Amino acid sequence: MSQGAVATAKAPPRPGHRLGLGGPGLTRGLVVGYLSLMVLLPVAAVAATSLEGGIGAFWDAVSAPQAVAALKLTVISSLIVVAINVVFGTAIAWVLVRDQFPGKRFVNSLVDLPFALPTIVAGLVLLALYGETGILGIEGISFTRVGVVMALLFVTLPFVIRSVQPVLLELDAEMEEAAASLGARPLTIFRRIVLPNLAPAIVAGAALAFARSVGEFGSLVLISGNIPFETEVSSVYIFGQIESGNTESAAAVSVVLLAISVGMLFLINLLGRRMLRHGS
Amino acid sequence: MAVSATDSGARNIVDGGRAARYGLRTVALGYLGLLLVIPVALIFYKAFEDGFAVAWEAVTTPEAQHAIYLTVLMVVISIPITTVFGIAAALVIVRQRFRGRALLNAAIDMPFAISPVVIGLSLVLLYGSRDGWFGQDLAAAGIEVIFTPVGMALATMFVALPFVVREVIPVLQEIGDDQEQAASTLGAGPWQTFWRITLPSIRWGVTYGVVLATARALGEFGAVAVVSGRISGSTETMPLYLRRLFDTFNVSGAYAAAVVLALLALTVLFAMNFIQRRDRAILAGPSVATEPGAVVPHLDVTDDKENPR
Repeated sequence: MSQGAVATAKAPPRPGHRLGLGGPGLTRGLVVGYLSLMVLLPVAAVAATSLEGGIGAFWDAVSAPQAVAALKLTVISSLIVVAINVVFGTAIAWVLVRDQFPGKRFVNSLVDLPFALPTIVAGLVLLALYGETGILGIEGISFTRVGVVMALLFVTLPFVIRSVQPVLLELDAEMEEAAASLGARPLTIFRRIVLPNLAPAIVAGAALAFARSVGEFGSLVLISGNIPFETEVSSVYIFGQIESGNTESAAAVSVVLLAISVGMLFLINLLGRRMLRHGS
Repeated sequence: MAVSATDSGARNIVDGGRAARYGLRTVALGYLGLLLVIPVALIFYKAFEDGFAVAWEAVTTPEAQHAIYLTVLMVVISIPITTVFGIAAALVIVRQRFRGRALLNAAIDMPFAISPVVIGLSLVLLYGSRDGWFGQDLAAAGIEVIFTPVGMALATMFVALPFVVREVIPVLQEIGDDQEQAASTLGAGPWQTFWRITLPSIRWGVTYGVVLATARALGEFGAVAVVSGRISGSTETMPLYLRRLFDTFNVSGAYAAAVVLALLALTVLFAMNFIQRRDRAILAGPSVATEPGAVVPHLDVTDDKENPR
């Protein structure tokens, strides 16, 4: 250790130089290499396989009625889930930051539960509650589209809350107080002052929730019942195609699914950046 | 003057919004209760409905023990690698300027946007021994990836990849590189600077990322389900075992397995909570500001200067 210190002390003092060459370049190479091998190459394999049989085969696989029904259900239920998340997520974040009540810290840590709980357990839990022999005995939620939405709501709960909370903490209450002292009503204050400040965070959280919903699998396999044309989402459809050896068709639908979630993330990033620029 | 304005403003909000506030609180807590608390409490009830012995038996069969062992093994293999990669990637993204940096940053998030089933499929397409890109060569060399723990570990590493990076990047941005520069000017080598300066200041960020990645690795279902072939007693992790119990109508066994997983999850949750509190204690020190809030203290200073005038 002291030897190293001596050796570097002898070298001419040019700290900036060392940061830019040799070691850092190697680290960067390793990082890019690992990412390529672990993520990019597998994704490339999916894309390549989807086109193995030509464009015609790709289109046939994607436009198969069962695949279309699954994609439709996936996108529509994800949009519903995102809309609910935006409203309740913002409300919960608000209550957790601005409201004071006993047990607040406990509730706050509870919000992370869906991140910590394995998705298959989440599915089982919802089935226990809303299944046919469920405790609440609400019939007709398990193996229905409502069940799909419930499961997605469970697993995506933290995204909007955790995205809005830090911004709300930073948001100065003085602006709202000034508006209030000038006679603005709470709803006006919320709409004109709070919401514009929170919008980028809400959108960012919504984007993550959407991407998660579109690909969700574990929590849905039990509660949705996986009935084709009824409660079968795309990830379950892809799983079925893999199981029956139709890897090309599975890859084709995967590419569409990937395009939807990556496209949505990109679009919303763009929107968020524009809002940030507009806001400042 | 400023004080009285604040007071009346606050009272205004409170007066106008007391009903709204209680209403909002009820709605928010009610939603959390219905969606989270009741369902999760219910698994414990369901698991022990037929008595403790039944539940205990379900999670102590040789198959269950192997599933628990394999689940832990996946975490032990994948998390250290993910952690080293995560720290290195965060350093590269925050501290280096190069072309394609934004692309690298975006590519790291890809596992968040890809369905677990698609992740599993992608690994089958690469390493499947019949027609995978590398599968035949690897099989010829005697290495089987798909339907073995090797492939399952790869799947786990894929899904866990972004967590540490995402937690470390903001911390690195916040601490800046002044101290690192100082250390290096004083003659510290890159490794010495890393161990003595950088790592100690990002350790809570790293830990938080590790906890999140561990939670994901413990519970991963889709990617592992595709890759493992779900051979009981051989490539079955705890979540896969739970699914099979449920499918074979051993419902109380499934709930018992769920309790084991839920207890692991609650441990993770407790760790997250603990780390966050430590983190906040450190942040509450001399420099409070997180990224965008850096503006706020400056505003306060100008306010103070203007007030005496």
